[in-house]
Amino acid sequence: MAKELVINTSTINSVSLKMFSIKPLVCITILLCGSLQVFAQEVNVYSGRQEALIKPLLDKFTQQSGITVNLVTGKGDALLSRIKAEGQFTEADVLLVADVGRLVRAKDMGLTQAIESTDVTDVAKKYWVEETKQWVALTKRARPIMVRKGTFDDAPITGLEQLVGTEFINSICIRSSSNIYNQSMVSALIEIWGDEKTLAWAKGMVANFARSPKGGDRDQIKALAAGECDVAIANTYYLGGMLTSKDEDTRQVAQQVEVVWYDQGENEMGVHVNVSGAAITKYAKNKENAEKLLAYMLTETAQKWYAEVNHEYPVIEGVAVSQELASFGVFKGQTVPLTKIGENNAKALMLMDRAGWK
Amino acid sequence: MYAKISLLKISTWTITGLFAVPLLVVFASMANFDTQVWSHLLSTVMGSYVLNSLVLAIGVGLGTAVIGTYLAWFMVNYVFYGKSLLNWLILLPLAMPAYIIAYTYTGMLDFSGPLQQFLRTLFDAPFNQQMLPDIRSLEGAVLVMILVLYPYVYLLARTAFSEQSAQFTLVSKLAGLSRFQHMKQVALPLARPSIITGAALAMMEAMADYGTVAYFGINTFTTGIYRTWFGMGNATAASQLATMLCLVVFVLLWIEKSSRKHHSRYQSRHAGSIKAKTTTPLKSAGLFVLCAIPAVFGFIIPFIQLMWWSAQYFDKGVFIDYLPLLGTSLKLAFISAALIVSLALVISYCKRRFASRKIALASQFVGLGYALPGVVIAVGVVQVSGAVDININRFTLAFFDWQPGLIMSGSIAILIFAYAVRYLSVAMHNTDTGLERIKPNVDEVSASLGVNTAQTLQRVHIPLLRASLVSAFILVFVDVLKELPATLILRPFNVNTLAVKTFELASDERLIDAALPAVSIVIAGLLPVIFLTMSLEKRRK
Repeated sequence: MAKELVINTSTINSVSLKMFSIKPLVCITILLCGSLQVFAQEVNVYSGRQEALIKPLLDKFTQQSGITVNLVTGKGDALLSRIKAEGQFTEADVLLVADVGRLVRAKDMGLTQAIESTDVTDVAKKYWVEETKQWVALTKRARPIMVRKGTFDDAPITGLEQLVGTEFINSICIRSSSNIYNQSMVSALIEIWGDEKTLAWAKGMVANFARSPKGGDRDQIKALAAGECDVAIANTYYLGGMLTSKDEDTRQVAQQVEVVWYDQGENEMGVHVNVSGAAITKYAKNKENAEKLLAYMLTETAQKWYAEVNHEYPVIEGVAVSQELASFGVFKGQTVPLTKIGENNAKALMLMDRAGWK
Repeated sequence: MYAKISLLKISTWTITGLFAVPLLVVFASMANFDTQVWSHLLSTVMGSYVLNSLVLAIGVGLGTAVIGTYLAWFMVNYVFYGKSLLNWLILLPLAMPAYIIAYTYTGMLDFSGPLQQFLRTLFDAPFNQQMLPDIRSLEGAVLVMILVLYPYVYLLARTAFSEQSAQFTLVSKLAGLSRFQHMKQVALPLARPSIITGAALAMMEAMADYGTVAYFGINTFTTGIYRTWFGMGNATAASQLATMLCLVVFVLLWIEKSSRKHHSRYQSRHAGSIKAKTTTPLKSAGLFVLCAIPAVFGFIIPFIQLMWWSAQYFDKGVFIDYLPLLGTSLKLAFISAALIVSLALVISYCKRRFASRKIALASQFVGLGYALPGVVIAVGVVQVSGAVDININRFTLAFFDWQPGLIMSGSIAILIFAYAVRYLSVAMHNTDTGLERIKPNVDEVSASLGVNTAQTLQRVHIPLLRASLVSAFILVFVDVLKELPATLILRPFNVNTLAVKTFELASDERLIDAALPAVSIVIAGLLPVIFLTMSLEKRRK
């Protein structure tokens, strides 16, 4: 009986295929799939982080949970504007950004809500979660000094303040003050040192620039290796990325460079650390899935992926990092409240304007 | 008849009205001034923003005008070896996004680049000796932008020169003028509006550029807008900066427009077009080299470098992943270009039909979208579409107890709308100058024969305008193909384009990875350029 039925339907199908063109069938199938989509589990992400840096992880999440992730990437602030303009109807559930300044801004603009799942809020140390749980940090990015191997073996650099000394005239490479990483670094310094000392430091840095600021972080590392300057400041994951580049020249450049962790003494401030992070939007329609996604991003698997593929430091303890990150050694990071870094952002930029930091 | 006329007017007002909204949203920021931020800007960085933007705009304006004009002059007036190749080679830099060529030349010529390394070995110089002037400077930015923007002038100037009547040349000859004198005294003044229009477009594009100047570390008005907005979190002051930028452009354009108000110049096709002069082999070779130089530096060298990078680490899987992006890019560019050129034609035609100051002013106003950095327009559009959506939902809730959610925001339609706000000006400059060259008595004859406005446009003007429409289409097509900020912010979920992919990789300085999508954009941009130049040539013959 069952057999007969199968044969019958297949005959009908082949007949109808012959009788009608295949196009309507395809259309109907697509429509059906489309309407089924409505019932599928999904979560919508607006990301200030680039697709290449997160998509593989999001795909893994989909594989594991069956929840489809829809993605739009763009400039962090512009995405904030879009969420704000879309108001209560926004389709965004999760906001991913590359720096703490945007997280603070999203919260200040009233675009976020408290994260309830303890799988998200209780995994990492309290320091990495906003006080009222409006956002969480997902990865750490350190911004140390870099030098050509062997240059300063006789008189190693130990503090950030040293760089403004006369012995470093015409020898520092760092990118423009337009860049958020520099803004965050100076924000943190304002919190630690106060306005005056930070301004004096910034002026001293400008006086010691080897060239007018240009290019990105990788560019500073290249200039350092080429001898255009003796000291550079750049985020570690750029160096990690260059060390594992498929381009041999890039690898060779990176191999000439070593990381200097500054201000590591017991009473010293430590190296500047920024974070990438995530928030759930105030009007999220898929809050449960959003929390599942964030929880996934804080699992050991995901944290390990960040550390191994993107060379970013994990926020949860005891996760293995890539060989390259491990080779940079361990360091003490600054303990400035992350929120302060975001709050001081405008002040930091204006301070750099005054110091003539282009 | 009456109904038809008002239809044209109504559609023009509707289009300009719609397009003005996002601009007005930006300009509305002028309402509240934050004196603290402004005194900070004025006392620290404002001077360098203004100076650098001016130098950049003037440098690019002059450079593109000179190169575009001489290319057009030689291409129209002389027959020489390899001309048919140059016909489309000259246009190819159009397909090159400015920031890509900037990254490419930096990769080649920078302090740590291969050329300087080679020179150091050659001259036995110390390893940290600077061997070449820094490409990443204000002069470098001007140069790089001239290299990709000169086709704007070339396209318009070529159309203008080739439509000049052969009678003019004849008269000049009879008057004993040399070919050079004829160019100086007759041909150039006649082509002036087209040349200035092209240079103005190039200047606007240069002023709105962010990618190149940010990478080169040059502070301009545009980087200032980004800094004020993203760095200081002050969207109002950023919009005010953008408004001031627009004001400057508006005044400049208005002066330019009124300066040629009383100089109507018309083409007369029936008099026969110019006969190109044949040359001696030596001169022919010289002309070929002269005309090839801009394309060699604006296209061939960077293209070969990009091809080399992408071939070195070619990954078939990655390439296949890019194919859907290529499809999206092409579809968006094609639909947008077709739509934008049609809208521009409607407005230009309305301006011609009713010499109304109000309409001229309105169209000038919406044309400002091109001078604004893309991200400013994009956020203007985001705010408008969000507000529309919220009000639609309010309305449906009140009357039908139902809310459809977002309709405009995150739709392809709104993305194309943003492209239109940005690039209408490009198309309109082409249709405007094209229509200006058609004598008004053509319309009168047509009207006296009882042909109505729409039919006149269709049967008389569009065929005469073919060249202008084609160049408008090419320019908008490649502009949309390369467009970045609006695409980034406004696109629907999971929609990706080649420009987005390229930018994401390039902004991370992963130039070698960015080479493949960059090459794909360039090749995608080439197809219409080649196809349309060929069709144009065929038509001319």
